[in-house]
Amino acid sequence: MGSFTQSVGTAFSLIFSADREVYAAVWTSVSTAAWSTVIASLFGLPIGMAIGLSDFPLKRLAVILLNSLMAMPTVVLGLLIFGLLSRQGVLGGLGLLFTPKAIIVGQSLLATPIIANYALSAVRGADARILPTALTLGASPMQSFTQLTNEIRFGMMAAVIAGYGRVISEVGVAMMLGGNILWYTRTMTTAIALETSKGEFAFGLALGIVLMLISFSINVGLSSMQEEHQP
Amino acid sequence: MKLRTIAIVLLALLACSTALAQDRLRMSTTTSTENSGLLKVLLPPFEKQCSCHVDVISVGTGKALKLGETGDVDVVLVHARKLEDKFVADGYGVNRRDVMYNDFVIIGPASDPAHVKGAKTSAEAFKRIADSKSTFISRGDESGTHQKEKEIWAEAGLTPQGNWYRSAGQGMGEVISMATEQRAYTLSDRGTYNAFRHGKTDLAVVFEGERGLFNPYSVIAVNPKKFPHVKYDLAMKFVDFITGPEGQRIIANYKVEGDPIFFVNK
Repeated sequence: MGSFTQSVGTAFSLIFSADREVYAAVWTSVSTAAWSTVIASLFGLPIGMAIGLSDFPLKRLAVILLNSLMAMPTVVLGLLIFGLLSRQGVLGGLGLLFTPKAIIVGQSLLATPIIANYALSAVRGADARILPTALTLGASPMQSFTQLTNEIRFGMMAAVIAGYGRVISEVGVAMMLGGNILWYTRTMTTAIALETSKGEFAFGLALGIVLMLISFSINVGLSSMQEEHQP
Repeated sequence: MKLRTIAIVLLALLACSTALAQDRLRMSTTTSTENSGLLKVLLPPFEKQCSCHVDVISVGTGKALKLGETGDVDVVLVHARKLEDKFVADGYGVNRRDVMYNDFVIIGPASDPAHVKGAKTSAEAFKRIADSKSTFISRGDESGTHQKEKEIWAEAGLTPQGNWYRSAGQGMGEVISMATEQRAYTLSDRGTYNAFRHGKTDLAVVFEGERGLFNPYSVIAVNPKKFPHVKYDLAMKFVDFITGPEGQRIIANYKVEGDPIFFVNK
C-alpha cells in the first residue's frame, strides 16, 4: 500500500495535468449522476409528495415499501436491470446494455425511492395548516400547492442532494450495467475498482481523492443554493 | 436567477454528452489482456484503421463467453479451449482463430513452505500444497485460469477443501494481491504475474514450464445467424487485424518492464 501523502500528491497532479482518462471518467460519473438525479427527482418528488399529502387505504404499506426500497442493494438492482436490458431480456432490442444510458436507468431507479422518501418527510414535517389556511384565504388549489412547495423547498433540495450523493458514490450499478468501458462507461468508482484489481492502490486512492473533491464541491454548490433560498 | 443559470449550464453540458455516434465494436475479454496493458497498444491502430471504437468489457473468460451467448457483444477474446469449443459447437461463435499464448505459473512465497519447487508435474505441485495444507487462493470465478486450476486438481485426483483453500471470486490481480498478503500459493497466467512482479508482489514462481500449463488465447466472432444485430463485418475486420501481420507484430513486441507478456505462433 503506497503512502497516503503519495496518493494525495498524485491526486493533485492528476487534476492539474488534465489527465484525459481521468477527466473522461470524471465526466461520465458527473453526467450520469446528474441525469439520474434529474430523472429520479421528476419521479421521486411527486411520488413522495403524493403519498404524504393524500390518504388512502394502503398508505402505511406504501410508506413501508418506500423505506425498504431505500435499502435496495446496488448489485441486486444492477442484476435485475441487467436481465431486462440484455439482448435476451425484455428490453434487449433497445441495445442499452453497456452504454451510459444503462447506467442512468439503473441509477435513476436507485435514487427514486430515496428522493421520494425525503420528499415524503418534508411534506409530513411541514405545518399541516398550510394547505387549509391558503385555501381559506381564497387561494386556488394550485396556488395553495405552490405555497406548500415553497414552504418545504429546503426539504426538497435535501431530497435531491441525498439522491445525488447516492448515485455519484455507487459502484455496483455502474460496473454491472456500464461494463467499465474506457472513454465510454468508465466512471470514477469503476476506475477505482479497476486500479485496485491491477494492484495500483496508490493510484486508486488518488482517483478516490479526486472523486471526493468533485462530489464534495458539487454538494457544497447544491447546499449553498439551499441556504440562499431559505426564507 | 442563479439557480436558473446553473440549470441551463447543466442542461447544455448534458446535451454535449450525447456525442456523435461512431461505429462501436463490442468485445468481451479476460482481465489478463486488459490488466497487462496490451489492449492499450493493440487497439488504437485498429481503431484508426476502421475509424471505429472498440468497447472493451473485461471480465473472466466464463462471463466473457456468456456475454457472447446472450448476443451482448460482437466478438470475444478469451483463453479456455474447452469452453471455446463448446461455445462454437453450440452455434454461438464462428471463425475461432488462435491469437497468442503465454503460460500459467504456480506462484507462492519464496521460502516455499510446501516444497513445491521439487515437484515434477503441476499435479504433484498441487498435491504438495494440499498435503501441507498451505494456503491456496483460487480465482473461483469460472475464468480461464480457474478452469485450468480445476483441471490440475482433477489430474491430481483431489477435491480441494478446508480452511487452507480459499475461493476468492475475483480477478487475477486481486488474487495475486490477496496471496501476497496471506503468504499463499496461487495459479496465475505469466502475463499478469509479470505485470505485478516489479513492486506489487514478492511472491516467486515455484513451478513452471510444463506442457500442460500452455495458455492459448483465441478470438471468436459472435455468430450473426444467431444474433442478426451483431456487427459481424466489423468483428471479422478485428479478427483479421489481430491475427494479421500488424496485430501479431504489436503483440510480440509488447513488453512490461522488459518482460514479454504474450507470444505469437510464428
